[in-house]
Amino acid sequence: MAEIKNYTLNFGPQHPSAHGVLRLVLELDGEVVERAESHIGLLHRGTEKLFEYKTYQQNIPYFDRFDYVSMMANEHAYALAVEKLLEMEVPERAQYIRVMYAELTRILNHCLWLGAAALDIGAMTVFLYCFREREDIFDYYEEVSGARMHAAYFRPGGVSKDLPEGLLEKIKGFTERFPGYVDEYETLLTENRIWKQRTVDIGTVDKEAALAWGFTGPMIRGSGVAWDLRKTQPYDAYDKIDFDIPVGATGDSYDRYLVRVEEMRQSNRIISQCVEWLENNPGPIKVDDNKLTSPSREAMKSDMESLIHHFKFFSEGYHVPEGEVYAAVEHPKGEFGVYLMSDGSNKPYRMKVRASGFAHLQALDYMCRGHMIADVVTILGTQDIVFGEVDR
Amino acid sequence: MSEEKVQDEVKTAVEVLALQEKFGEQVLSVSQSVDCPVVTVERDAIVDVCHFLKNDHGYDQMIDLCGVDMSEHPSQAEGDSRFLVVYNLLSVERNSRIRLKVGVNDRELVDSTVEVWPTSNWFEREAFDMYGIIFKNHPDLRRILTDYGFEGFPLRKDFPLTGRVEMFFDEAQWRCVYRPNKVENRVLIPKAWPGVDRG
Repeated sequence: MAEIKNYTLNFGPQHPSAHGVLRLVLELDGEVVERAESHIGLLHRGTEKLFEYKTYQQNIPYFDRFDYVSMMANEHAYALAVEKLLEMEVPERAQYIRVMYAELTRILNHCLWLGAAALDIGAMTVFLYCFREREDIFDYYEEVSGARMHAAYFRPGGVSKDLPEGLLEKIKGFTERFPGYVDEYETLLTENRIWKQRTVDIGTVDKEAALAWGFTGPMIRGSGVAWDLRKTQPYDAYDKIDFDIPVGATGDSYDRYLVRVEEMRQSNRIISQCVEWLENNPGPIKVDDNKLTSPSREAMKSDMESLIHHFKFFSEGYHVPEGEVYAAVEHPKGEFGVYLMSDGSNKPYRMKVRASGFAHLQALDYMCRGHMIADVVTILGTQDIVFGEVDR
Repeated sequence: MSEEKVQDEVKTAVEVLALQEKFGEQVLSVSQSVDCPVVTVERDAIVDVCHFLKNDHGYDQMIDLCGVDMSEHPSQAEGDSRFLVVYNLLSVERNSRIRLKVGVNDRELVDSTVEVWPTSNWFEREAFDMYGIIFKNHPDLRRILTDYGFEGFPLRKDFPLTGRVEMFFDEAQWRCVYRPNKVENRVLIPKAWPGVDRG
């Protein structure tokens, strides 16, 4: 008998389906994956080290750059962590604005995910459809923060500015259009024969394995666990809002796709409830304490005290009492948590970011074993990996 | 906020009492943080504690594991361990969280929790990569985030922010090489504590 040796294939870091900079060493027996070893860290920027040298205010923009397709969701976790240590009560309007933008961000993320995953699998068109809606949401980002992507809009104590005039009508228009758009994506994929052949029964994870591997978010819901931090450990205004959690049945790639598509519809529901509330309830959008949030521009022009506050706020910053906290949000990709340890100074002593993608990518080896090489791309696609958060 | 108050009222959670009862002296301290109970345990007991929490109290998810370098922390007393390993656990079933802490010094070993939760694998590799904390019985303790062949442990407090080396492309050798770092460590805003007059 001829001697057969396993074949080792280097996948990435420049492969377009590697979602950025994943280097995957695949050990193949013919076309079947025996072992998949991920080499990560090619996008490691040492953000956790930088945190320790920056004030709490200066740290906000770093969070946009973790998961760079769901920027505000990252900031949300940080804002919650700092607020918990400072024991701040955020004004209700700010909570609703945050929830609205967190859900817009979820749509933003799922649109990119759907487009990119479909493109990986070979469906080109979906990408173009999804990016059309992303452009709308980028416009709403820009209107409220001035930046299309890296917004730095959620701040500890609220949000940086109130919504500009006319924005709510635009978002309302979007929520009315959007269910139709999701129908379009579904027409392209849900009953598509090729899509089903490529995703059904691929990368199946049962409930026990999903828990053991630390899955969160759509990954664990795809495996049939109804776990959503927005429901189970509600933060901001989520407990006042009506929405459902979609749950998968088999835990394969197709279920994860269905869960994410349904999440887009649910997010849309949440946004329209927030828009309605925000239209009728004007009010403050950040904590009224100039030691912790920056004073308004108008006040600075005439009021000496505001000017001093402004200077102190942006130079020395504010002090967070000694202590530690872990705050997590239901990020579009899973549980995004910030473990913050403060020593009472104006800079964090230690801040660890718990990225859901890190745990998910770790399970890639488990999920890929015994699958064909083409399925690696499917599995990687449905894990929704973004390297900004995996490598930090 | 209301959630925190509820947790404040329940001063000691069931699992904390159970831990104290079962492990006695090995539970070094118990406190209530703003978000969840914090339990510091003896280094040798960590795997048993994790098994106990997972099997008897439903902590089926290891959400986060990280190292902390305590050497510059104001609360650090003489004789305290230099590093902390912090485990954030989550129970999906009971919807609760708990935080475990283990103290460890340089050249001391912490038992790996990979046998309890497979997801600990990469988290422990990261703690090793960043702090040089060594996990005993870890199946594959290699660096994970830093470059191949990186030297030093970047998140230790004595590691400079700007690093120790710079990377250049060497024309003669036609490859990337490291040279000693010439970048100065700039701190634009000094670290300040409340009530400290800086003149």
